[in-house]
Amino acid sequence: MKSLVCLKQVPDTETQIKVNADGSGIVTDGIKYVINPYDEFSVEEALRLKEKFKAGEVAILSIGPDRCMEAIRTALAMGADRGVHVCDDAVNSGDPFVMAQTLAAVASNQEYDIIFCGHRAIDDDFAETGAMLAELLKIPQITLVTKIDVSADKKTIICERDIEGGKETVESPLPCVVTSQKGLNEPRYASLPGIMKAKKKPVEKKSLSDLGISPDPKLQAKNYSMPPARQAGKRFEGMEPQDAAKTVVQALRSEAKVI
Amino acid sequence: MANVLIYAEIKAGKIKKSAFELASEGRKLADKMGGELGAALIGPGLEPFAPELAKFGVDTVYTLEAPELEGYNSEYFAQALAHLISETKPEIVLISHTMQGKDLAPRTAAKLGVGVMADCVSFSLDGSTLIGKRPMYAGKCFAEWTAAGSPQIATARPNVLETAETLKSGALSKVGFSVDTGRTTYVTKELNLDTSGKVDLTEAEIIVSGGRGMGGPDYGLLEEMSAIFGSRATVGASRAAVDAGWRKHSDQVGQTGKTVTPNLYIACGISGSIQHLAGMGSSKVIVAINKDPEAPIFTKADYGIVGDLFKVIPEFNKELKVILAE
Repeated sequence: MKSLVCLKQVPDTETQIKVNADGSGIVTDGIKYVINPYDEFSVEEALRLKEKFKAGEVAILSIGPDRCMEAIRTALAMGADRGVHVCDDAVNSGDPFVMAQTLAAVASNQEYDIIFCGHRAIDDDFAETGAMLAELLKIPQITLVTKIDVSADKKTIICERDIEGGKETVESPLPCVVTSQKGLNEPRYASLPGIMKAKKKPVEKKSLSDLGISPDPKLQAKNYSMPPARQAGKRFEGMEPQDAAKTVVQALRSEAKVI
Repeated sequence: MANVLIYAEIKAGKIKKSAFELASEGRKLADKMGGELGAALIGPGLEPFAPELAKFGVDTVYTLEAPELEGYNSEYFAQALAHLISETKPEIVLISHTMQGKDLAPRTAAKLGVGVMADCVSFSLDGSTLIGKRPMYAGKCFAEWTAAGSPQIATARPNVLETAETLKSGALSKVGFSVDTGRTTYVTKELNLDTSGKVDLTEAEIIVSGGRGMGGPDYGLLEEMSAIFGSRATVGASRAAVDAGWRKHSDQVGQTGKTVTPNLYIACGISGSIQHLAGMGSSKVIVAINKDPEAPIFTKADYGIVGDLFKVIPEFNKELKVILAE
């Protein structure tokens, strides 16, 4: 089973985001970067498929600046076999179409049975790249997946996916793009031997000219702003539970008018 | 010829409320552009829906029917929508950022070679350029986006845009279309829908949410509170509670779960990590119940009760029953 896992490096969820002075973006100083949590589920699932079939490989595809190498190495330490790092200033990682175009160009030179993407990256929150990649490669997409079962002949896959108000089980021919949702698995931690081995695993660095494409940007952002500030309101401390509860419930009715 | 086209999603034989939000917004945009508003319907038995869309300002209702479009399918629905867009050449296309919309919009856009401004919470026009304001980092910041090429496609967050009735003709236009079955796709084997009638977190007016302070998987007190509020309320959870296995993943509020905007958010035993606050910080009114007076959630709460939730909530529920019965 050969899996390609698309991996994005994003600010850790505990990061306080600040907008820069001219509103052209966010302040990136001091940000701690991690693997997008949904991509960690992808890495884990690809490793489990390789283990189940006792053959194949897990290749990590990542687009971004030099710092992304750390995320790729982490995935290799978890057990992935090799990496492809597209490191080129001309790729705007905030444009899902450009990301999908670039990933499609990488994928078209690889052998794969399945491509994993996180269902969204928790930085830009677009939730688009996986579906766009699938369309550009003219293969099916199965989004928001929480369970995977690949047939013994590696020709079909059965997935459970989240839909509004429930779940759906779908069957698709391979290859296809699967986007990972929370609940798919519990990602493993990198072991110490894994970390040592990862240092020697191959990571190919590629530029857009290596891939033979020029990016075709579709989206532009400006006027970044912070959400309206929220002030602490009334606080009830040292009161009998009954009195505090009664006061707040009454305030929700007469003051806040939400109940 | 529509200048603005909306995709009207149908769920369980009804047009979703979010489609009427799109129609209302689309009407405003079309009026500003001096143009027409169209609505796309895909699936079987579509004609009866036209008058409902007309009520919210739709000039033309385009229907696309084919045997393969009985149930939702990414590839076939994207083919249908892309076909309609190529035929009618709208300048703007609006789709709801629902689970289906998130699946459909990017695939449709990729077929047309354009981008999607996803999850917008407000729209404006600069000439004929659509500007979509959208949250990023789960709402830790916002930015204004524009899209190159035609059409300009955006998805809108449900429950944020307001509905406004404006009666238009809603003239029916059947669009000839046949699915290209040469493209591989998945087939749906089984649907497992929650029949409890529980409202989804992203659409609930009131959310009662529990965190690490619940101490275990017994959410009886919160379920009771939610039941007192009735069908407009539901129970959510923090990441700590979900990771502990106390609640389902789909209940999680926060940056790695769902971003929610209810009228009332009641946080019980939730300390308020940055990623949680990002996911619920746009709620209209926030109540926090926590025994730790230093919990960050209190900095965002409109009403904060410092106390033991196991003592406070039973009293809270008692009082709620009294007040709601009035």
